[in-house]
Amino acid sequence: MARIAGRSKSSAPRRLDQGHDASRDAMLHLEDITVSFDGFRALNALTLYVDVGELRCIIGPNGAGKTTMMDVITGKTRPDSGSAWFGTSIDLLSMTEPEIAQAGIGRKFQKPTVFEQHTVLENLELAMAGDKSVWKSLFAQISPEQGERRDEILEKIGLLEHRGERAGVLSHGQKQWLEIGMLLMQDPQLLLVDEPVAGMTPQETERTAELLVSLAGKHSVVVVEHDMEFVRSIARKVTVLHEGSVLAEGSLDEVQKNAKVVEVYLGV
Amino acid sequence: MRHRVQTDGGGRIFLGTLVAVVLLVPVLNLLMPDSSSLHMSGYTVTLLGKYMTYAMLAMAVDLVWGYCGILSLGHGAFFALGGYAIGMYLMRQIGTRGVYGDPLLPDFMVFLNWKDLPWFWHGFGSFPFAVLMVFLAPGLLALIFGFLAFRSRVSGVYLSIITQALTYALMLAFFRNDMGFGGNNGFTDFKDILGFNLQAPGTRMVLFLCTALALGGTYVLCRCIITSRAGRVIQAVRDAESRARFLGYRVEYYKLWMFVLSAMLAGLAGALYVTQIGIINPSEFSPANSIEIVIWVAIGGRGTLYGAVVGAFLVNYAKTYFTAALPSMWLYALGALFVFVTLFLPTGVVGFLNARRKRNLRLSAE
Repeated sequence: MARIAGRSKSSAPRRLDQGHDASRDAMLHLEDITVSFDGFRALNALTLYVDVGELRCIIGPNGAGKTTMMDVITGKTRPDSGSAWFGTSIDLLSMTEPEIAQAGIGRKFQKPTVFEQHTVLENLELAMAGDKSVWKSLFAQISPEQGERRDEILEKIGLLEHRGERAGVLSHGQKQWLEIGMLLMQDPQLLLVDEPVAGMTPQETERTAELLVSLAGKHSVVVVEHDMEFVRSIARKVTVLHEGSVLAEGSLDEVQKNAKVVEVYLGV
Repeated sequence: MRHRVQTDGGGRIFLGTLVAVVLLVPVLNLLMPDSSSLHMSGYTVTLLGKYMTYAMLAMAVDLVWGYCGILSLGHGAFFALGGYAIGMYLMRQIGTRGVYGDPLLPDFMVFLNWKDLPWFWHGFGSFPFAVLMVFLAPGLLALIFGFLAFRSRVSGVYLSIITQALTYALMLAFFRNDMGFGGNNGFTDFKDILGFNLQAPGTRMVLFLCTALALGGTYVLCRCIITSRAGRVIQAVRDAESRARFLGYRVEYYKLWMFVLSAMLAGLAGALYVTQIGIINPSEFSPANSIEIVIWVAIGGRGTLYGAVVGAFLVNYAKTYFTAALPSMWLYALGALFVFVTLFLPTGVVGFLNARRKRNLRLSAE
């Protein structure tokens, strides 16, 4: 927590207001978030807390607001009302996308998005935490420690042999891993991962599950996923979204037994 | 820095050629007697110098288009502004040698019955000030324009159209007599620069060599930038802008500074152009000019820097040839060339040659 407070940006974040439940020692606080697009409520008074080091899965039918929620957290979409806090002192709603990224929130897109013309190594180096201003990056060099960290992550995501290849020639699964690797280089406290195993083979899915589980604890991880088998293999706690708000929360077995969830989503 | 230039094959060929030109042209032009078949005429030297300024301009466009994905259809405006800035200095240098012999006012102001020098003409009696303006005028315009456009996340074809509108608006403004830039006729009849006669072969050679130096310097500078991490960031912005943003890069600043730098390089090219060609008028702002620059880069091959140089030389040599031999055919030829390159050489001449060389290397390896 101290680290988060220390990183607060120049646009001094406002302090928590009186009504906020500061007793919850959560990494991410979303409260009463409402987002409307032309009258359609993508998020409807959504309230969600993610704890430090937690691995959380978010499930829900199409249009439940999963991606919109990620857009709000990362600054891409501004909600009509509600509050979003990262740690206890960073107000996400007053920050731009790069500021939020610098504050320690990393995001993996649904469609793997890597820099296809750059090599695997360059992709990781671009993602590396540090000063990202124009002037600094004109003269930036890789320090030995940074190089070590890069190689460590390269090994973790299984792309050591592909380090010199252009990212554009990687397979779909490898691109997904590279993007996760880029998130790790960013060294975020919170990782938002949108459908990480879509289009992966069973072996790739299994390795991705191992990778995400190994990240939890050190980082908070929020995974949006449709694949129930995958969710079962990684999640300790599951949140079900429906029509822009939380329908149920608990272990996968609990929510699968929940009558409302069965009705709207699982359809069993 | 040496390492960065050395790892670039095409760039080494380009710089090598440039050094050869710098060594050979003065000898052929100044030392060879006129009667010798090896003599290079002053006309050819100026023509080469003009091509070089075009090559610089093309490189400036390649920096933002090829590497940053910003298709500017208004770079002619920055080129012209640089040209006007040095033109104002050259006009002030004419002094009493003008038709009306006014020591302070250029001829066109006397003709318009103006009594005082407009405020924005002050300072242009000084060469260093004019050179500063060569960079500042296009740079400031690019800064303001880019700040507004990139902050509002205007990109793609919309941005291209606005840049086109920018140069068109400037053309209309500079055509007006009351703007104080000579209206329709612009500036011409320059006499000397820093006290040296602009018509003297020695002065012309120095200007030519300065242009070659500026061209080489522009290449090395751009090359250093694009091989730095900042250069990889701008290419990343080109390929996946939102990814770069979510990694914590302030994408709009990267675009802005590349755009400003590119505009200043275009301004320098314009200044070197005007000192050698001896005239600047509002037609340099015409939208067609700016589109032509983009065609040079496309034909040469974007995203390599030296490809832009190749394109600028190829197209302008062809233009010089066609407009002399078959003047009415030039625009058709240019259009056909552009269509041909877009359809059959999407990576330009340089990209095609590089791909063929790689294929041959692979074949010989097998």
